[in-house]
Parts: sequence; C-alpha cells; structure tokens
Amino acid sequence: MTVIKYSQAIRDAIAEEMRIDQNVFVMGQDVETMGGVFGCTKGILEEFGHDRIRNTPISEAVIIGAGVGGALTGTRMLVEMQYVDFILHAMDQTINQAAKVRYMTGGKATVPLIIRAQQGSGRGNGAQHSQNLEALFCHMPGLKVVMPSTPYDAKGLLKTAVRDNNPVLFFEHKVLYNTKGEVPDTDYTIPFGKADIKRSGKDVTVIATSWMVLKALEAAEILEKQGIDAEIIDPRTLVPLDKETIINSVKKTGRAVIVHEAHEVCGIGAEIAFIIMELAIDWLDAPVKRVTSAQAPIPYSSKLEKLTIPSVDRIIDAVKEVMYIK
Amino acid sequence: MTEAFLWIEIDGINITKPKYDMSDKLPDKKRGQIADNNSLLRIYEQMLRIRLFEQKAQELYVQGLVTGSMHIYTGQEAIAATAGELLRETDTITSTHRGHGHCIAKGGQTDKMMAELLGRKTGYCGGKGGSMHMADFTKGNLGANGMVGGGLAISVGAGITNAIIKKNDSVTICFFGEGATNEGVFHESLNLAAIWKLPVIFLCENNLYQVFTSVKESLPVKDVSVRATSYGIPGITCDGNDVIELYDVLESAIGRARNGQGPTLIEAKTYRWEGHYTGDGYARGGYRSIEEIDLWKAKDPIARMAKYVIESAIADNELLEKIEAGLKDEIEKAIHFAMESPWPDDEDLYKDVFYEKEEV
Ligand SMILES: Cc1ncc(C[n+]2csc(CCOP(=O)(O)OP(=O)(O)O)c2C)c(N)n1
Ligand SMILES: [Mg+2]
Repeated sequence: MTVIKYSQAIRDAIAEEMRIDQNVFVMGQDVETMGGVFGCTKGILEEFGHDRIRNTPISEAVIIGAGVGGALTGTRMLVEMQYVDFILHAMDQTINQAAKVRYMTGGKATVPLIIRAQQGSGRGNGAQHSQNLEALFCHMPGLKVVMPSTPYDAKGLLKTAVRDNNPVLFFEHKVLYNTKGEVPDTDYTIPFGKADIKRSGKDVTVIATSWMVLKALEAAEILEKQGIDAEIIDPRTLVPLDKETIINSVKKTGRAVIVHEAHEVCGIGAEIAFIIMELAIDWLDAPVKRVTSAQAPIPYSSKLEKLTIPSVDRIIDAVKEVMYIK
Repeated sequence: MTEAFLWIEIDGINITKPKYDMSDKLPDKKRGQIADNNSLLRIYEQMLRIRLFEQKAQELYVQGLVTGSMHIYTGQEAIAATAGELLRETDTITSTHRGHGHCIAKGGQTDKMMAELLGRKTGYCGGKGGSMHMADFTKGNLGANGMVGGGLAISVGAGITNAIIKKNDSVTICFFGEGATNEGVFHESLNLAAIWKLPVIFLCENNLYQVFTSVKESLPVKDVSVRATSYGIPGITCDGNDVIELYDVLESAIGRARNGQGPTLIEAKTYRWEGHYTGDGYARGGYRSIEEIDLWKAKDPIARMAKYVIESAIADNELLEKIEAGLKDEIEKAIHFAMESPWPDDEDLYKDVFYEKEEV
C-alpha cells in the first residue's frame, strides 16, 4: 500500500490502463499540457506520446461525439470534461447518441466511452463551475454513473470504467483531488454496483456520495462521542446502484439519512429514499431524511456557498432528527 | 506611431495587420482621423483604470479574499476601452470569463465590482455572481460568462430585440476569445446574425492561448477573421494593442450595424500578460516562453497610448500623472467600500431563483 492523492490515483489508473490496452485514447481540453488543469494527466504525454493523448479545442460536443464515434469503431475513448458544467454543450452527444446507440441498434453497437468530469462546489467557483449533475445522467437509461470518494475507489473504479464496454460518466470532485489515501501497489479493480460501508454502525444508516462521504464520516465521529453509532454507506456507483447493501443496512438500523451535494429535487436521494420505502418500509422507525444543497444555483459569495453545501452540522442534525433526539 | 511599435512575427503567427475585408464594405479611413482628442484621452483613462483594477484584484486574490477562478485582462485593455468609448449607453455588450475590462469599459463602477469580487451584498450581483458573472444591465452590460462562448448566442438575441422588435439603431458588441470560435455555438450565432442582418459586432480577442493550449494546436487558420467568409460578412484582423487601429475598425463595424448592414467579425490580436487564471502558477513560463511574454509586454497598449497622446500633444506627462493618481485613489476607495460592505443575508441564498414581483 502507498498513500497517494486522489488526483494521482486517477493518473495512475489512466497510465496503467493505457499500458494494458493500446486502444485507450485520451482527449480533452489541456490534457496534454502541464498535466492538465488538475494534474490528472501528468506524464501521460511523455510516456505514451501524441497518438495516445491529445489536447482538443474548446469543443465539448465533438469531444464527446467523437468519443462515441471512436468507441463505435474500436477505440477505448477516455475523454475529459474540465468541469462537468461544460458537458451541457454536449448533451445531444451524451444522451441521444452515447446512451442510446447500443439499444437502438439492437445490441449491435458497443460504446466503450469513459467521460471523466470534475464537478462540485466548495471552491467559490460560482453557479456555472460548481454544479453536481449526476442525477441528469442517472435518469437516462444506457449510462453508467460513478462517483468515487477516496483515492482507492477512484483508481479501482476508473480501471473498471476503462474496461467497461458501456458509456460511463466518471465524476471526480474538485475538493477531493488533494485528499490522500492508501492504494494497493498491485493491479486491482472495483466492480460497479458494489457499495462500500465506509464505517459500520448500528443506530442509523447514512448514505452519502463523493465529497459528502468525508463529511458524513466526520459527522459520525462527533455522533459517536454523543453515543450515536452511524453506519456510513458510499454507493460509489449510482448506476448500477447496490440496493442490497443499502437495504440490509436500513433493516439493521431502522433509520436512514441521505446526503448529497446536488440539489434536492429529483436528486439521487429521492431515488434512494423511494427504494428504501419500497423494500424496507416495515423496518423504518422514522421517515427518511435528505441533506442536500439548496434548490438554488450555487452562489459565488463564500458566505452563501458555505450555507448551501451540506455541512457536518446539518448531517448531525438530520441524524438526530431521524433518531428523535432533541 | 506604427513604426515605433513594429509588429514582430512570433512563431509563424502573422500579426502584421492583415485585413480581410470580405465585402469591401468597411470604409478605408486614414489612421486616427476619426478619433477626437477627448475620446482618445478617455480611452487612455479607461485602459489605465482596468489595469489598476486588475492589479488590485490580483492582490486581493492572493490574500484569499477572492475565491474561485479569476481571469485577468491585463495586456488586452485597448480592446475593451476602445469598444466602450464607441458605444452608447443604450448599446449592449456580452462579456466573457475574462470580463473585468469589459465591465469597466461599459461604464461599470469599480466599487461595485470590487464588492462583487469579495462576495458582498453591495456587489453588482449581490455577491452571487463573482468575477465570472459581473453584469450591469443599467449600463448595457448583459453579463460576463462562465461558459466559453456563452455570450455569442445571447448577443444575437439582443440583436433581434434591437433590429426586429424595437427597430432602433442600438448595437451589441459580443466579446469572446479565439477559443470560443471552436464551439458549435460560434457557427450558429454568426450564421443567424448574418442571415437576419443583425446589429452585432463579433469582437474576438485573440490572445493566442486557451488556458494552456496554443492557437497553433487549436486553430487550422492563422487568422480567426477568415471564418467570416462562411457567413458572407466582413472579417477583419487588427492590432488589438493599438487603440487607433481598433478605433477605425470598430467605428466602421458599429456604423454598419447601426445602418442595418449586419454583423462584422473583428479579430483583435493581443496577449494576456498573466496566467490563464490568477494563481495557476504560469504567469511566467510554463507553456509560454519568457521571451514570448516579454515580446508582448514590450507592446504594452497603455504605454503605446501614452506615447501617442504625448507625441500628438493631446496630453502632457503632468496630465497623465494626474489621471493615474485619480484612478489609484478611486481603486483604493473601491477596495475600502468592498471591505466595509456587508455580506449577503442568509435568505439571499434562496432569492432570485425566480422572478418575484414584489422585489422589483
Ligand atoms: C464551455 C466551456 N468549456 C471550457 C471552459 C473552460 N475554460 C475556461 S476559459 C477557457 C479558455 C478560453 O479561451 P479563449 O476563448 O481564447 O479566452 P481567453 O481565456 O484566452 O481569454 C477554457 C477552456 C469553459 N469555461 N466553458
Ligand atoms: Mg484566448
């Protein structure tokens, strides 16, 4: 095991998969130069050369559209959106093309396309550079959606994504790039659809994604001192979603809080809460609660941004609420 | 003046003022004939205001008072300042992520801008927008944009309002970087503006880079202006660090737009002195050679303009110093105003998602 940064875990996964498979091709804005804006492609050009990694113009539609075309013709396309917000330029390519082409062709087409996108708030980037858009893609059949919260998960899941034959949206978080964690020195992958219990507990189930996993863990530490034992579940992939791990936990604790940074309305929390209602309602001792960003664009002002992002305190409050503790 | 600031060819990029006058409709004026002295002095002052504002904004960023991505306009001041001078208050602009200069040039107040950068309630957007979303509708600034190319289609809509609905002679200047010309929306916007002959001036600030990526990698043509050919509109490349040349070119294009002759694509070649965003660590070196940066700094549009106004006896050193002192004072006051301003209220988080009647 070696302790590395989340950004390096991504870089290592890319390099390792490019070594294994000659057909992996990386493209995106500024990916070749200076290791990319977030350093996730540092050293790739030097090792693999200009025919394996390319800077593109600022043209999101063709980055993803050509990703589809390349994938259809045998290239494993690993493309990057510098900020997830820019994928909105390429929604046709993502949703009308990438997501549907296999189905529309009766299973003739194979689309090994991986869209890495950096998302999230927390850095004062304002409304068009701080969004969490995972729910848009979860809604559309045909796309897999991955949201790693640790370097270990990022590396293992990205390697799985590169080997997957479906379009995968791989959401990295800007605040997580500099976080560190242990990663095995040998080749490993993490299967999609397998949630990780980041902390086991018996009193309440907290389901959290991406950066919010870290906040939920922090909340759990504080709750522990107050005699509350929270179980923290990170689904890691939203499509496919590991219902079983979530349901088993809720059956054990009888209470659930869902934490995500995206807006509340039609967010993944709504889906998870419904699944809990459907499969574990008889085990519930309290209504399920959600902790999310406000139903408003992410404001620039650091004061307001702090207010909208789910905080450790808000998670603690929600846990106490489902436990009927004042 | 031109001789004193000879263009140098850098890395095969032709910056010797090629003119692609596709339709022969841009009048051939003699340099500087049209600009009056007061105009030129005001442009000088605006350029300096922008430069001084940006210097202070960077200092505030380094102190951690400004968050997110802030893109500094230093080096490109001539373009915004000249455009601003030629526009009326009723004219509109759309701006970019590198938008502080555009905002100032369209009559923006530096105190409200500083307050916005600091996320305060008194800022242009009540602290909710920040550097990339500075807007002042009272002055015709329809807003900066976090999305590259975000203003292109919006400027076309403003053109529809002016030419088709209100039938006035107002025009819109759409600022964008050369990088934005590679977005699909560039094509769609110029095409629609051209077929409907809308009063929009597409003003491309070609500073040769998009983040870390050079135009050599991203543009198959030397001059963005040639792209005008596809839309049958005039396309012209000019020296973006030369106020006099910009004045001529912009005045012609604005005149065409006001007369119902439709859009023009102007490419102003220029250079940004700083990193892509403040704190990216590449203000000097990295993907650009120090030599190249210094070559362009030698073509400082403000120094050139200072020389020009002095040599043409429009102003003397004393006057220029007085202008600078006044601006420094203004910027200090702006910072003071911002620092003393209140933060937004908690409830502001939920306000303005929709139009609410009682808030007008
Ligand atoms: C749609 C979109 N894609 C990518 C980005 C990220 N980005 C911000 S500025 C920039 C470079 C823009 O280059 P250019 O248009 O030449 O303007 P400049 O920064 O040189 O002023 C990029 C790629 C963005 N903000 N929006
Ligand atoms: Mg540029």
